[in-house]
Amino acid sequence: MSERVAIVGVGWAGFRPVTPEVSYKELMYAAAVRAYADAGVDPLRDIDSFVTVAEDFHEGTSIFDEYTPDQLGAVLKPMHTIGGDGLHGLAAAYMLVRTGQFSIVAVEGHSKASNILTLPEITAYAQDPVLNRPLRLNTHFIAGLEMNRYLYETGTSQEQCAAVTAKNRRNALDNPSAAYGADLTLAEVLDSQFLAWPLSRHQVSEHADGAIVMVLAAEEIALRLTDSPVWILGTGWCSDSPSLENRDWGQAVYARQAAGMAYRQAGIRSPQAAIDFAEVDDTYAYKELQSLEALRLVPAASAGLLTEEGATQPDGELPVNVSGGSQGMGNLLDATGLARALEVVVQLRGEAGPRQLKDIQIGLAQSWRGVPTASGAVVILGN
Amino acid sequence: MSKRKVAVVGAGMTRFVRRAQETGKELSWQAVRMALDSCEMTMDDIEAVCLGTAPDAFDGVHMKGEYLSDGAGAWRKPYMRSYVGGGTGVFVPIQAWYHIASGLFDVCLVVAEEKMSSYYPHAQAAFLTIFDHTTERPLKPNLLWIFALEMNRYMQTYGISKADIARVAVKNKRNAADHPCALLGDKNITVEDVLNSEVLAWPVNRLDVSPVTDGAVALVLAAEHVAKRITDKPVWIEGVGWSLDTAHWTNRDLAYPRYVEYAARMAYEMAGIKEPRKEIHIVEPYDPFDYKELHHLEGLLLADRGQAPQLVADGVTLRNGNMPVCPSGGLLGVGNPIAAAGLMKIAELFWQLRGEAGARQVPGHPKRGLAQAWGDLMQVGTVVIMGR
Repeated sequence: MSERVAIVGVGWAGFRPVTPEVSYKELMYAAAVRAYADAGVDPLRDIDSFVTVAEDFHEGTSIFDEYTPDQLGAVLKPMHTIGGDGLHGLAAAYMLVRTGQFSIVAVEGHSKASNILTLPEITAYAQDPVLNRPLRLNTHFIAGLEMNRYLYETGTSQEQCAAVTAKNRRNALDNPSAAYGADLTLAEVLDSQFLAWPLSRHQVSEHADGAIVMVLAAEEIALRLTDSPVWILGTGWCSDSPSLENRDWGQAVYARQAAGMAYRQAGIRSPQAAIDFAEVDDTYAYKELQSLEALRLVPAASAGLLTEEGATQPDGELPVNVSGGSQGMGNLLDATGLARALEVVVQLRGEAGPRQLKDIQIGLAQSWRGVPTASGAVVILGN
Repeated sequence: MSKRKVAVVGAGMTRFVRRAQETGKELSWQAVRMALDSCEMTMDDIEAVCLGTAPDAFDGVHMKGEYLSDGAGAWRKPYMRSYVGGGTGVFVPIQAWYHIASGLFDVCLVVAEEKMSSYYPHAQAAFLTIFDHTTERPLKPNLLWIFALEMNRYMQTYGISKADIARVAVKNKRNAADHPCALLGDKNITVEDVLNSEVLAWPVNRLDVSPVTDGAVALVLAAEHVAKRITDKPVWIEGVGWSLDTAHWTNRDLAYPRYVEYAARMAYEMAGIKEPRKEIHIVEPYDPFDYKELHHLEGLLLADRGQAPQLVADGVTLRNGNMPVCPSGGLLGVGNPIAAAGLMKIAELFWQLRGEAGARQVPGHPKRGLAQAWGDLMQVGTVVIMGR
């Protein structure tokens, strides 16, 4: 059994608002080929097991795992799908390596959101069919309710939420893979149309297409394959109540619990001291603030103020979503968490180009599965 | 550090019925309650939850795993849903195995739930959406149609008759008469009954197929040091295997399930089994159609190619035969709530190996059993080997 597991290869294709000239299979193939080349592995010869993340309704295909092996070089290999976020898939791959039964495992996540003509209707189908669906709640409406509660409990202002969007979209200008880089003023974010008060249009991440593949290896293999392994120091995931009626609306309990699990594994007692930078969920701008507090990377009810003061800027004390986050790179559906982890890997390797952070050793990636769930995952990586 | 051993320590299942009054959440919780009670544990003892359930289209609920999470006992716990189509029921215990074998957890709950009756008028229509959107969906195929192709190919390749295959349905439905949760147990069914039932898609007749079913099954899995504290009779997970073949099923020779062989070889190797026909005492292969039981016995290397029907004809696969196959009654007899049906097979091995299977008990104190499931586009094999 190998205690230590490293990410030894990453590859991605995208990320763009629309990709009419390629299928999801071609996106997956492109990402996989790059990840395998990066890791220096041949999938048929070297990779022992494969994990993908997908949800049937996002794909428009039932039993979607049928269509995963061919473009990943995984035919007649142990392969399975996790109905979860990319970080859940990463955790599954991590566990597979740690069993000692598999030395090299690949994980894949993708989004072909531009194929979905009725995305709001699809996401609404995740609501409880008996109790909630008859109310015809729009997904953003539920997020607006949650945002309102978060602002009320923490005293955070709408301007502070808007500062998240402005920061992340500006960060994305330095990320050549990001789809939504922009230089926005706070007023432009706040004055965009309200979708569900206090949530304005620019605080909602737009969707993007793309695919991400990562190759994980047990310690002894990892050291043979690469000079710059990125070690998985901790993983955690948690589901709070799926019912809208009986959950904590102000706080991201799932993120707090998932982080607690990951910190325990990584032996981290003081997250603020240990974590050098973070890539966290910003599906909606307020989620970044709520998540940072749940992750204990900032004191309770202080994320808004710290953001306003610039502490989470790339040159701040705790750079957050240097990649651009979902606000800047685009919401990648089930691959969103992998995109967060991807940036942590690229930064730790020192390959982030113009947005490269200095003096970093440990980074954290966190994700949320979106409305109406209260599920999320955390991965802590280090070099 | 050596590999961690993982055991099944508790199991529970709901009745398998045509149309449950309960929601999927309630079915899940009923099974969880029974599994916890069976090993005198509570939710506080559970560190993580693994869920298996088949297509979201059955329930019309997007991210069905999220919806079911509190029913499955996952409130504020690490919770993941794994998915390999029809193979899911035997994959969820593999998922819990890797949760525990990784060293991250000591006790995991495994839940498999299916509520197919929500799909009106019949869940079969949901399967139209599993096919390739460009090349296959315009042909409007359904599962009966493609499995009829596979059954026909199997019969043609080896010269097997419909009566040879119907004996499997008879055996399993008779076995199921002893199962308190079974939907289709029938002590008096005959081969003629199967052959005379209406043709759905030749050569598949109605009684060759398992029915649409609602139900749930749950297990508790634990690491060695915990398992030994919980029970005197842990049932160990000795080997696991799974394999996913290409999506291009039309390019495959349908006479032989190579992916099942690959999954079985992986599990045999892990369990240290060299001669499976001597070392496996009970088999629970996946039998949504009667020919599939035969097909899978061959893929599992427990019968020579084309020879599985002879084992059935000779009585080898009866409950008191040399190699009992589907002593539970299988999907044909107990019912087929997709993911829950696969996990039912694991629960059956658990009860059989502990000597707790009641009227279904296989004689001779069996030591080791194998359960297998299959799914996707005739594409995936999942195998678990358990022993005491």
